[in-house]
Amino acid sequence: MTTFWFIVIAFLWTGYFVLEGFDFGVGALMPLLARGEAERRQVLRTIGPVWDGNEVWLITAIGAMFAAFPAWYAGFLSGFYLAAVMVVLGLIVRGVGLEWRGKVRAKEVPLVDAAIVTGSVLPAFLWGAIFGNVLFGSAFATVMGGLLSLGLALVHGAVFVALKTRGPVRSRAREMGWVLGVILVPVVAFALWRMGAWPAYGAMATYAAGVALLWAGREAWAFACTAVTIALTTASLFLALYPEPLPGLTVESAASAPYTLTVLTWIGVLALPGVIAYQAWTYWVFRKRLTAPEVLLESRSA
Amino acid sequence: MDALDLARWQFGITTVYHFLFVPLTIGLGVFVAGLQTAWYRTGKEHYLTLTKFFGKLFLINFAMGVVTGIVQEFQFGMNWSEYSIFVGDVFGAPLALEALLAFFLESTFLGLWIFGWDKLPKKLHLATIWAAVIGSNLSAYFILAANAWMKHPVGYEVVDGRARMTDLWAVLTNSTALAQVPHVVAGSFVVAGGFVLAVAGYRILRERNVTGLLPRKKDFLDTTTPMRRGVDMWRAALRGALVMTAIAGAIVAITGDMSGQLLHEQQPMKLAAAEGLRHDTAGAAFSPVPGIEVPNLLSLLSAHDPNAVVQGIDDINQRLVTQFGPGDYTPNLPVVYLSFRVMIVFGLATVGLAFLGLFLTRGRGRKARPVPSWFARLCVLALPLPIAAIISGWLLSEIGRQPWTVQGELLTAASVSPGVSLAEVAISLALFTVVYGVLTVAEIVLLVRHVKAGPDEPVPAVVETETERRVPTLMY
Repeated sequence: MTTFWFIVIAFLWTGYFVLEGFDFGVGALMPLLARGEAERRQVLRTIGPVWDGNEVWLITAIGAMFAAFPAWYAGFLSGFYLAAVMVVLGLIVRGVGLEWRGKVRAKEVPLVDAAIVTGSVLPAFLWGAIFGNVLFGSAFATVMGGLLSLGLALVHGAVFVALKTRGPVRSRAREMGWVLGVILVPVVAFALWRMGAWPAYGAMATYAAGVALLWAGREAWAFACTAVTIALTTASLFLALYPEPLPGLTVESAASAPYTLTVLTWIGVLALPGVIAYQAWTYWVFRKRLTAPEVLLESRSA
Repeated sequence: MDALDLARWQFGITTVYHFLFVPLTIGLGVFVAGLQTAWYRTGKEHYLTLTKFFGKLFLINFAMGVVTGIVQEFQFGMNWSEYSIFVGDVFGAPLALEALLAFFLESTFLGLWIFGWDKLPKKLHLATIWAAVIGSNLSAYFILAANAWMKHPVGYEVVDGRARMTDLWAVLTNSTALAQVPHVVAGSFVVAGGFVLAVAGYRILRERNVTGLLPRKKDFLDTTTPMRRGVDMWRAALRGALVMTAIAGAIVAITGDMSGQLLHEQQPMKLAAAEGLRHDTAGAAFSPVPGIEVPNLLSLLSAHDPNAVVQGIDDINQRLVTQFGPGDYTPNLPVVYLSFRVMIVFGLATVGLAFLGLFLTRGRGRKARPVPSWFARLCVLALPLPIAAIISGWLLSEIGRQPWTVQGELLTAASVSPGVSLAEVAISLALFTVVYGVLTVAEIVLLVRHVKAGPDEPVPAVVETETERRVPTLMY
């Protein structure tokens, strides 16, 4: 049962990194991908309807850790205290930035954009740094982990923008995506090699395939590849965390009692398919590629 | 000053701050959903204008509630790791359920609502805002059930120094939770009602000034002047808020009475502290303000028996010393005493305002009474009352629980993270304070700006409404 719940937590983190991964990438690359206000809106609009729902994967992952492995939850967040503070502050300024951007005056928009970029880069880097530190403990691993998670998020985000837009933004995103992808090859290859598990080797392959497919203009396939890359990277992370998610703490000793895990399992089994179904439906509703003029004209609550 | 004190300050500041936005989100969301429903059912354009206008205010505020909520979920582990390890088995479950059942619903469907205006059929689009506000209200239930467990732990046993859940159903149907959830949720509707009253009151005053006329009877009977239409729309919003505040206020009062009785049974120290009662007293008196005492009222309120014995602070402390060993088991008495009174007086004042408004603006159709300008002004001035009341309620509830995090099981002093240093908490507290301070200013500026600017669309003219309503009939 504890192993099952460890897998559930790994699954929730995977969902979070895959989904919010491109949100972070889009937020961070927004000033580089867009020329002018209309295009900036077009870029941010790709994640507009979904980013908040994506972030709930983190809230659920953390909540599930609290419920299923209290000692892991407590040790993880108190052990990385200041890093967790910075992650949260990043998510705060990014969240209000995305929600308020359409409601502030034109001269305040640059400030909001700075918040969005900072709030995207900071957590994207820090998550990798934190987990890199858990796995290897060295400062070098911390930096490499951060660069890996930030790098994957940037490429994933660029692919997502290329997939969801039309016009100059699309070609810029495509170019940015594969160029960044090639530049980051040493970092990604080294970090994944150091993780050393079979999913990490798989992630190397899908990463290479994703960058190549983007270069070839096959955006949907490229997106599938970068998504799988992040999923496999997360999988190898959690393989390495088992059975000691924190130094000196085993999954067994951190776990809640069987009763709690059983009721949580039932509720999760009943609820999670519904969540996945309606989130998928959201992507279906907003499946159309966006152009800058359409985004300016569309009717929304803002 | 040590790490424990700062951690407590940080938790208090971030939680009260979070709670400035959440009640408004909960109540205003339902109000906006109600407006959109009215638009869907009647087709009257002014309901759409109001939906979009209050929808914007709702979203400005919603963002703050969401992002400050992330801090809450992280903070138990960050600053209160000993607490988290002790309670996680029980306390974590409602938190996980909150994320899984409520937050996903809320955030996903709100995204659909914001961007779905021209992508979803009208009916489905209306359903998305309802799904989102159901999510908000469900989240209130789960987090309050978790919170109630801290005050009145049930459905658990302590094994090897950790609480273990034995009955989830008992946790979710904790009597404390069942009284607290409707009390806080209805309180949230009072806050949102007070907010809408202030906004609509301001808009009414503004429309009257803009037309440069003192309200005269004939202006309100003439349906073609712009003034009539504008004021009429805000009168509708104001009336809606009055109804919401009055009904919610009644529920707050009833559930507050229930909570008082539960305090008598479950948390006698908090009750004694709220009244400043030093010793066990039969037929205890209640003093709404120092100096005035109503005999037997406290016994009557808390036990529904004028002669019941209400336990006093010093005597309870003596009993707790016998049970748990030497120590001071009293909360901060002045804060608890004061917040209890602010909650009751300000809360009742808001509800009184609502009933007064309902009386003043009674009547329908041609007999509808206009909103008196003095009342509109009163609504604007009364905005701080419900907010102060609900915040005081939390201070009473949580400071009154001290020195325990889990009543009778775990002391606050034993809950704090041992590995987090004073310097670290000082840094995080400083960062949170700065960021929260800036965001408060930004939120207030944004809200004020949008209230002043009014709806994006001009107030719909009657002619337009008629045409638009006629088009479908001609086409289909």
